[in-house]
Amino acid sequence: MNKRDFLKTVGAAGVTAIVPRAAFAAASADYGNLLILVELKGGNDGLNTVVPYASPEYYALRPRLGIARDQILQLDAKSGLHPSLQPLMPLWEGRELAVVQGLGYPNANLSHFRSIEIWDTASHSNEYLPDGWLGRAFASSPAPRSYAADGVVVGGAGLGPLAGSATRSIALSNPDQFIKQARLAGPGGQAQPGALRHIFRVEADIAQAASNMTGEHVFATAFPNTPFGNAVRTAAQVVATKAGVAVIKVSLNGFDTHSGQAATQARLLKDLADGLVALKGALIETGRWHSTLVATYAEFGRRPRENQSGGTDHGTSSAHFVLGGRVIGGMYGEAPVLAQLDGNGNLAHAVDFRQLYATILQRWWGLDPQAALRARYAALPLVRA
Amino acid sequence: MPKRARYRWPRHRHQRLISVVTALATGLWAAAAGAAPLGPDDARHLLNRTSFAASPAEIEAYARLTREEAASRLLATTRTTPVTPAPAWTAEPFHWPRLPREATVQERQALQRERREKGLELRSWWLEEMRVTPSPLTERMTLFWHNHFVSSDQKVRSPQLMHRQNALLRRQALGNFGAMLHEVARDPAMVIYLDNASNRKAQPNENFAREVMELFTLGEGHYSEQDVKEAARAFTGWSVDLDRGEFLFRALQHDEGVKTLLGRSGNLTGDDVLRTLLAHPRTAEHIVEKLWRELVSPTPDPVEVKRIAARFRDSGYEIQVALRALLTSNAFYAQVNRATLVKSPVELVVGTLRQFRFSTGEMLPFAFTVTQLGQNLFAPPNVKGWPGGDAWINSSTLLARKQFLERMFRDDDVRLATPAAQMNTKGIAAVENGRERAARAMAEVRFNPREWLAEIPTRHSENVQRVILAAAPAQPVPPEAEGLKAVRLLTQDAVYQLK
Repeated sequence: MNKRDFLKTVGAAGVTAIVPRAAFAAASADYGNLLILVELKGGNDGLNTVVPYASPEYYALRPRLGIARDQILQLDAKSGLHPSLQPLMPLWEGRELAVVQGLGYPNANLSHFRSIEIWDTASHSNEYLPDGWLGRAFASSPAPRSYAADGVVVGGAGLGPLAGSATRSIALSNPDQFIKQARLAGPGGQAQPGALRHIFRVEADIAQAASNMTGEHVFATAFPNTPFGNAVRTAAQVVATKAGVAVIKVSLNGFDTHSGQAATQARLLKDLADGLVALKGALIETGRWHSTLVATYAEFGRRPRENQSGGTDHGTSSAHFVLGGRVIGGMYGEAPVLAQLDGNGNLAHAVDFRQLYATILQRWWGLDPQAALRARYAALPLVRA
Repeated sequence: MPKRARYRWPRHRHQRLISVVTALATGLWAAAAGAAPLGPDDARHLLNRTSFAASPAEIEAYARLTREEAASRLLATTRTTPVTPAPAWTAEPFHWPRLPREATVQERQALQRERREKGLELRSWWLEEMRVTPSPLTERMTLFWHNHFVSSDQKVRSPQLMHRQNALLRRQALGNFGAMLHEVARDPAMVIYLDNASNRKAQPNENFAREVMELFTLGEGHYSEQDVKEAARAFTGWSVDLDRGEFLFRALQHDEGVKTLLGRSGNLTGDDVLRTLLAHPRTAEHIVEKLWRELVSPTPDPVEVKRIAARFRDSGYEIQVALRALLTSNAFYAQVNRATLVKSPVELVVGTLRQFRFSTGEMLPFAFTVTQLGQNLFAPPNVKGWPGGDAWINSSTLLARKQFLERMFRDDDVRLATPAAQMNTKGIAAVENGRERAARAMAEVRFNPREWLAEIPTRHSENVQRVILAAAPAQPVPPEAEGLKAVRLLTQDAVYQLK
């Protein structure tokens, strides 16, 4: 049946309800390539994650928090990793880890909520969009109907980039428990826009996801016994059920280090590194390492000058990681220019975060990024075909 | 069905008739509707939006009152203190548990355990107060302000200070917003939570200054980054005496220079900043919008918000003035706004306990439940608080809500065993014996269907439905389902999640 016949068959009334999800599913989108997003909630301090150790300004701005040069895991002649990220070094050496420096956007907003909203919706600093960038991507190119869901969010928090009225998203903490409980979901139904319709949609999504998932997979990989380790385990379980999902989002909490940053960030970065290494192990076990892209993001980085509480205040651009079996490892973007801070004492950005999104949409999924991003952003050459 | 008659009220007919007239006559209708008795459906709506659940007897009492009378009665009977005695340690002299540098791992763990256990006692105590209070509106509003003036014990790390903040929010819950703002700015838990304790002249910390404008008063977009910096300077030196757990102004850390905030210049103090923010019209609008989303509908009507906000500000920020205006408005009683708000986890859990008059032991298991459903009391996710609304419900929390309800109305022996297994919830699961204690407490939870159903006019599902649902169920209940069976079906219905 071609498109015209289809429209005739369902009639005008049915079109709006059915078309966005099924009729024009873009055959070209390669959702066999999985995206795993890792949100570093609270705004990770990029300067103490990828440290510009060769910069004298760095140590001047960070008299107490600056990381001693001999502690730093050297990446190149200017930059190195926080010592807690030691577990990532084999990935770096295997050229499976891309470091993107200076990720941000113009006219950065320093509020947690507004800035993560900007990242989640891929909006400009001064515009408000209702849907997440992935929500828009799936609205124009849905994942196959056979998939359990477009995206799975591990943990109870909001859907973030997956928010959208045409997205099938599932939030869960444990796949096994999810399947057992799914019988409690009602059959959905019709309702006016609003809370009841929202509940009906969640019920329909639960039914679809549960019908696709199978039971628990036993991994040889050991997962760290941390909240992030558990989130990674759940993500790995979702991959192992072979239910079909295009995106999994996990998060790591606690990066809002206004005071006593050194110890907190050291612990969090260790949790992050250990978790990512376990994730790689699990993806190799399930044969998905070469079809998975893992990317970190956060609402912002932190202010270069440390505050008097042994912490850092809200900043702007930051460094992030992209890893996977087909990632072209190395440094991307530009090292922070600490000699040129803005009026608030914050960094300019070198790479627009929507370039990272364009990379995912275009190079990873083979989509035209225009639908999700509504403008052209240059993709980064960090994945192999 | 003679008994059903008292649940029918002829006003609906009038309403339909009058709603066709033009906007000019709206005021006339408001006067007419305001003068007529509420009737049971409107009474149920008012009580449920302002409490946790309404009993048939309360519905009947309010059904005879006009809108104005009902609002007056509701506001006149509110308390400012709890009826449930707080845990004994809340009354002890303040103790900031500081460990010496050389403290052992065991000492540190013991301290952490003590803090967690006190945190759980505090949560259980508040839930118990919500369950038994004769002034549920006070607790609803205390919870509302907890989600407005957010602090989290995960950062404050002092259950004593969190309890003091809770007492402050309750004292002013239906009092004066301006006074509450000034008190909150000095509240030790808040000073610690938003880092004002380390806001010093030499290096201002902007955290409190930013959030006081973005979240507590003006809302985003009504101030500049420069305003944040200037306000931060005005709050330098606002600190906490950790020996006594009290607010402390450190004059030497205070910046005495000239600051300019929203066009006003001078050697502004922190209180000057708060007064400037209270003088700004956006503050009252921002608060009324938030109250609207809490009590009326997810989409505030800008014209009504402006009208009510003006009254609120003119009254000097008397919260009862804003509430009275909202609770007597046409929008509040409009049929289109019924069943449009999602119950928060606390409303769902406490509402179910109150609605069905469950007898309970300690409230610990329900502290775990609301956390699992996404609302860990005294620990909102961030300074913006719980986003609420539709965001309460995703696939994970919807299933957990339904599982909770299923368990509550299952036969006793089946119900009791399960909750402990579900309590692997971040932050409070680690408490030793917590699961066992919760399981023991759960064994004391009892629903007496016969007693409860005796208060309903008939056992017919439609009457059960009119008491417990805000609108007709999504899945019609088959006519043969009566009594407990109807309760089970209706509490599993999607509409039971709404208020």
